[in-house]
This record gives sequence, structure tokens and C-alpha cells, in this order.
Amino acid sequence: MIGERMTRREDLRLLRGKGQFVDDIDLPGVAHMAVVRSTQPHARILGIQCDEARSLPGVLGVFTASELEPMNRVWPVHLAHPALRTNDMRALAVDKVRYVGEPVAVVVAESRYLAEDACELVEVEYEPLPSSGDLRISLEMDTKIHANLEDNIAAHVVQRAGDVEKALGDSPHVIRETLRITRGGGHSMEGRAVAAKYDVSLGNYIVWDANQTPHQVRSLIAHCYGLPEDKIRVIAPPDVGGGFGPKAAKYPEDVIVPWLAMLLGRPVKFIEDRYEHFVSCAQEHLQEHNVEVGFTDDGLLLALKDHFYHDIGAYASSLIVPLIAGTTVPGPYRIPNLHIEFTSVFTNKVPSGSVRGSGRPQGIYVMERIMDMVAEELELDPAEVRRRNLIPADEFPYSVGLTFRDGSPLTYDSGNYPALFQKGLDAIDYAKHRNVQEELRKKGVLRGIGLSIGLEGVGIGPFEGATVRVESSGRAVVILGAPPQGQGFETTYAQVCSEFLGMDPEDIDVVTGDTATIPYGIGTFASRVVANAGPALAKAAAEVRTKLLETASSLLEASVDDLEVVRGDVRVKGMQAGVSIARVAQVANAGAPGVSLPKGAVAGLSATEYFAPERAGYSSSVQICVVEVDPETGEVEIIDWVVGHDCGRVINPLLVEGQVYGGIAHGLSNALYEESIYSEDGVPLTTSYLNYPIPSARELPGVRLYDQETLSPLNPLGVKGAGEAGTLGVPAVIIGAVEDALRPFGVKIRSCPLSPGMISDLIYEAKSQKGETM
Amino acid sequence: MEPVPVKIVCNGTAYQLQVEPRTLLADLLRSDLGSKGTHIGCEHGVCGACTVLVDGEPMRSCLMLAVQADGRTIQTVESLELPDGSLNELQESFHEHHGLQCGYCTSGILMSLTALFNEDKAPSESRIRDYIQGHICRCTGYQQMIEACVELSGLRSKELS
Ligand code: FES
Ligand code: FES
Repeated sequence: MIGERMTRREDLRLLRGKGQFVDDIDLPGVAHMAVVRSTQPHARILGIQCDEARSLPGVLGVFTASELEPMNRVWPVHLAHPALRTNDMRALAVDKVRYVGEPVAVVVAESRYLAEDACELVEVEYEPLPSSGDLRISLEMDTKIHANLEDNIAAHVVQRAGDVEKALGDSPHVIRETLRITRGGGHSMEGRAVAAKYDVSLGNYIVWDANQTPHQVRSLIAHCYGLPEDKIRVIAPPDVGGGFGPKAAKYPEDVIVPWLAMLLGRPVKFIEDRYEHFVSCAQEHLQEHNVEVGFTDDGLLLALKDHFYHDIGAYASSLIVPLIAGTTVPGPYRIPNLHIEFTSVFTNKVPSGSVRGSGRPQGIYVMERIMDMVAEELELDPAEVRRRNLIPADEFPYSVGLTFRDGSPLTYDSGNYPALFQKGLDAIDYAKHRNVQEELRKKGVLRGIGLSIGLEGVGIGPFEGATVRVESSGRAVVILGAPPQGQGFETTYAQVCSEFLGMDPEDIDVVTGDTATIPYGIGTFASRVVANAGPALAKAAAEVRTKLLETASSLLEASVDDLEVVRGDVRVKGMQAGVSIARVAQVANAGAPGVSLPKGAVAGLSATEYFAPERAGYSSSVQICVVEVDPETGEVEIIDWVVGHDCGRVINPLLVEGQVYGGIAHGLSNALYEESIYSEDGVPLTTSYLNYPIPSARELPGVRLYDQETLSPLNPLGVKGAGEAGTLGVPAVIIGAVEDALRPFGVKIRSCPLSPGMISDLIYEAKSQKGETM
Repeated sequence: MEPVPVKIVCNGTAYQLQVEPRTLLADLLRSDLGSKGTHIGCEHGVCGACTVLVDGEPMRSCLMLAVQADGRTIQTVESLELPDGSLNELQESFHEHHGLQCGYCTSGILMSLTALFNEDKAPSESRIRDYIQGHICRCTGYQQMIEACVELSGLRSKELS
């Protein structure tokens, strides 16, 4: 079962338009919430006039921070870090707003149309304050975005291994560069969505939330309301229209909607529209890496120092993105002396958060650009420079000397980077492409080849749990805490369960993301679910199998060793004698009231297990891409592209390929298309798809995939994680390929994303410097 | 504004409704016309998630007012399955090739492709890409859905020859 290319059961409803996304859930009497958002990047709120809005027919209520005061508490920090400085965040702005899009008030009405009409009538009086749309401005600005702090720095973290200063001093070659990279938002096609109702008789809240981390949302709601968690049930429905990281964060609407359902005595729903996604949903923003790298005449790295600045937005609830970015920089290479330092800076922009890759694409971009610079400096082939620096296959576990974002030492569990890289070079026929490139260059054709090798810390803890039950119907149920957003959990986890329980996947149902069905869970992010929930599920399924066989053995009066599970029955091997699983379950789960169980039968065919990995595992990926640049328009055409990945044991190759293809598209979008642009004072300028392009099927070339399977020793399944693999190396490979194409002009590219306009400007500048004007 | 009468045939059922003039067709489809499978991704005409067939032509239901659909015939994703309830060949091909992940964009893409395959029994890959081009899918990278369509087109061209 594990390893089989199974098609997905989820498809059957989704292809018919019968999915149940939050907005599709039928809640009789539902009222609609819309949000009055700050139009100012930074301002004091002098007053809010709601009377006119309140008197609009169909409006059920208008609520500002003062009306919601009982629940508008300061939020707990999402992930505490000693370096993260206190910045209070609440559901609704009190006294001051810090970004355009920050919720100031909410309106509930009979329809979304009316709620938006009423939002227009709410008048907020602002006193604008100096504001910043760029981390450099924040660093120089006297105004503090958070008044309790003495400057606009959110965190400053330094990690070291070896002695970088000395090694740089001793290095025969040293390169210093500044590399900038911006990443935008998640842009799941379904925006954020929350619906809730309040059960007066029980005092319970039921919340449907298109979120990647329902248990964490439950904790936040319980905190804000001052209630025990068991009063709150959060359900991430089986159909969530993409997540990509931003839906793993928590948002004001998550806590406001259920509260209003209680206040109004009616179900309430909030559906984020696309404009709101641009201004109120997490983005990764800018990182500016200042690197110094020392190396030998042979191109062997001796030391790497990287101090990067990271735009964390208006509020910071964790340092996940910069911590991951920094620890991803060293990648698959041996670097004896490391100094990784970052300064996270507050700006007046929507709070930053993880987006597919979560800092890793930036880290890989930095390291791979360094590899290209070393190759250029020494006039060596960039593939050769990489090969010389790769960690050999026999050096695992490999300790980098830094600490990963999960708090554990940055230690690579397993892998074979040289082999994965070589496979890629062979797959694309690298040598031939270099020859062709040389020929074409003579004819003035701008062709370039990019390379990137990246690692991905995956499967981070703390844990995930799974329950397996065999029901009296004869079907099994798997219950997972982590919810899917299109990954196909119902299919994959039925495969894993089947492997260990012995029942057919068709007879196994998978229930996900409902806090009422499993008490604890962490959530779906960081390509972590399979390495946490997978082993938990395997263990629970094996336990239930034992209980099933023991009970069957008592019914059949045969030894457990002689039994096997064959479709819906437990049979005595090689014989017709058997008993249906349904019958076994009826005995074990229900029995006969007041009658003792048959001797040897086990009460309850159910088990719950949690798995807590000791530390993150590391998936690896290789990307090699050949591009051609049009010297007139700056358009980039992709000629060939191979992507290889090693994500440990693969449960379902069909679905993993889907993850990789999808990830590649996201990465390409980051490299050449989407860019969130803000004015200097922090006003978002790209708030629709008209000026924030996301590539379509025309821009996406055919990509060839290959794989390698190096099992992880960190969990019994040997799995790692695949959700982000495709995305990570793309900015690096594309920028590298474009720079290589422009090499005849000596163009240096030090920022990402690139647009055709920027590329043709670079060509023009290079030409004019050489005195050959167009 | 006062509601106005609108007559629409949606997936074979005739509706006579009173509709506020500003109501988007997408919203009417999702509420009164019972097509929750029609999804809204951007509400400004770019993502294509809301695409339905209006008199056989793919249209973005977020760019159309419900009143503009008066007297027209609409087909949504719910109409695609075969009379016996099984998937049609386009849906089946998406299923086989893993042409969808979260499924949010899928309804709109299926409707555009339905129009294409109605018009051209065996379209080329380039035409297939052209029809999918009007849609944003953030999950799949499009590759597997293109494979699904190319295979379907290939099967059909065999049947034709
Ligand atoms: S919702 Fe209509 S095109 Fe995006
Ligand atoms: S399948 Fe998720 S957006 Fe296309």
C-alpha cells in the first residue's frame, strides 16, 4: 500500500463541485461579517463613528474595540524566542493602527452586501503618524511602531560555528555582496474563512475555520475568552482551498466571529475576499542578506558570514521565517566556519508569516548565488564548484554547528547529495547544454543554465497524534489532528493505515482537523505531517491489528499467528474458516450488555498514539534549468528544467509529484512574477491580480522530475516531507540561469524577483557602460 | 434598489426569481441556484474560479450581474457528471492524472475545458493551455491537469480516426 500511485478519493466530490468549503457549509440563519480595516499605515485612532452604519436596515451590529473589550485581550506569543521583543497584538486595534488592513471595527448584517455597505458608513478619524514601508526606513525612523520599544527592531539573533573572522582573514579569496529577496503572500485560491455558532444550552462554541492549525486556533480563542479549551470546538473542514502557510497563522477574525455568534445568538460567517488577502493575510516580505564568503583557490569554502535584515511587518508573533532562512543558508555544503546573524525589523506592513518554504527559498537563494559567484571568480564551472563542496554521502548524521528553528541542533539525518546532483546533471545532459550554450552565444543568443541544490528541514515536532478504530460496521476510521488543504490526506493516510492494519484502504475512512475528535494536535505546515502523524498512525494501526486478531482468535479458537486479514474478514490462513471484521468489532466494541467478553477478546478495537520526533529530518532537492532571455523585451523563456528530490520514503508517488509540480509553480511565481509593492510610507500598491501576476498554464513549462529515496532514521517509516520541495530552489535556479544568460554583458543580479522590465534595464545599463548604446 | 424579476435556466431547472440588481451572478448561483460548486477566488475577473457556461460560452460569473443572465441558460460544474451519477470523461481524466489538489479552482477550469472539448473534440496541447490559461491554480502547477487533457484529447482523436 505504501508506495502505490493511488488516485484520490477526495477528487470524487471535488470534481462534482460537492466539496464542503467553509463558505459552502449550510448554517441556517447565518449572518455575515465584514471588517472595517485601517486605511492608514500608522496612525492614532481619534474616534470611530458607527451610528450611521448601525442604523442601516439589515445591520445587526457594529463593534469596535470598546464593544469587544471583554475578548480583546493581548494575544499570547505564537512561538516564544528569547530574542523576540514584546509587541502586543489584539483582535481589534486599540488607540493606534500599524498597517493598512488592520481591523478597526466589524459589522454584522443580513448579507455580505449590506455588511460592506455599512463598513463604508463607519467613520474612523485618524491622526497619521510617520510610517515605514521599508526596513531601511524603519531603522532610521525616530517614530517607534511599538511604543514600548526603544527602536523598531523586533529581534536580533546571532549564531556561530568555528571562527569566521579568523577564517575570512586567512582566506585567499573573499567575496562580499548584498543579496535582496522578497516573497509575497500565500494566495490560496480560497481566502481565509471562518464560520461559527454558539450552543446556548452547553455554552459551547463550534467554529469552522479554513485553517492549517485548528488546535492552535482553539487555544487562542480559549485564551481570549478566558474559557477552558473544551468549550471550544474548532473544525478545519476536509475541504480547504489551499493553505501554503498563511493559513497556519491566527487572525483577528478567528476570535471575533465566534464571539459575535454568541452575542447575536446567530451563526456568523466571515469570508476573506481577495483584496483582504492582499492587505490582511501573512506575506514573507523582504530579506536583505549581507554576505562575506572566504574560499580557497580550488573553490572550497572556508568561511561564511551572513548578516541579514528581515522585514517582519507590523507585528511579530514568532521568528520562524528568519530562523529557518538563516539555518537554511549553509545547505548541503561543508562550511567549517559560519556566522549567521539576523535583525528583524518592524515596518508598517501586514505582519509577516510563513509562505510555502518559510524562509528556505531565501536561504537557498543566498547560498546558491554564492556558489555562482565563487565559480565566476575562479572561472570554474558552477557545477564543479558545487560538487567540490557537497557533504559526502558517508558523513551522516552531519552536524552543521547551528541550532534549527525547532530548538534542536542543526544535524542532517541522512541523504546523498552528490548522487542526487549527478542524477540531475545526467538527466538534463549538462555537458551538452554547456556546448549548445557556447554555440548559441556566438550567435548572440542569450542562453543560461542555472543550478541549485537545497535542503529542507522537515518533519519538525513537537508531535502529532492519530487514533485508529475499527467500527462495528466493519470499517476502520483514522482520526488525525492535522488537517489537509488539498494534499490528499484521506487517501494517503488510508494507505498508511492499511499497511499496518491489514484492511483495504477502501474500507478505511480518514477524519481530520476536528478538535472534538482528537484532543491534541499541532497542525499542517513545514512539510511536517507525514513524519509526525505517519509514525503515530502506523503504531496505532498495528496496535488495533493486534486487538483485532486477538479478539478474532478467541472467536475462531485459532492461534493469532494463524490468522490473517483478508478484505472484510479475519481468516485462518489457508482455510475458509473466518469471521467478519464487523462481527469481531461488534464483540469487542459493544459485546453483550452485562455478559463477560469471550476469553482472550480485547475490549475496544481502538488505539491512540502520538509520535514526537527527536529533531527535524532533511529532504534535499536539485534544480537545473535552462533559459533564454530575449535581449529586447527581457522576457525569460524556459528551455528545459529538471527537478530531483529526495523526501525519504514516498507514500504515494502520484501525490508527491503533484506537490513538487505545484511547488515549482509557486517558486517560479516568486522568481519572475509576483511582488508585493508598498510605498515608502507603507501603503500597499499591489492589491489585485491586475498588478500582482501569478503564472498561468502558459508560463509554466513542462518540468521533468526525478527522485531518489534516502530513508530517514528519525522515524520508523523513514519518511521526511515533500510539501515545499518544489518551491525552495526555484528563485535560486531561475536568477542563476538568467544571470548566466546575461554573462556576455557582465550583468550581476542581486535581487529577486525579476521582471522583464528589470532584465531589459540591466542589459541596457550594461551595454551603455560598455559604451554600446542600443 | 428594488428587486427585479429574473428568469434563468440553471443545470436544466427553470428558476423565476426576484433579484436585487447589484447581485453578482456568482452569488446568485451559490445561493438561490444551488451551485455551491461555483467558487469565488478573486471577484475581479482574473482567477477564473467562478467560470460557468452561459448559453454554452465560458463566462466569469463574478463579472456578470445576475440580471444580465435573465433569459439565459447556465451550466455549472454540478451538471457535468453523467446521468448515472458517474464522472464524465474529463472529470475521470482529472482524477486519473491527479489534475486537482484542493479543488477550489477546479470547477471553473472544468467549465472552460468543457467549452473547449464541446467545440473541438481533440484539441492540441497548445489550445488546452490556452483554455486553462485564463485560470489561476495555486496548488498544482497545471502539469498534471494538462496531461489529463492531452490524454483525453488523444483518446478522442483515436476514436475519430
Ligand atoms: S472569482 Fe471570478 S474570476 Fe476570480
Ligand atoms: S487545486 Fe488548489 S487552486 Fe487549483
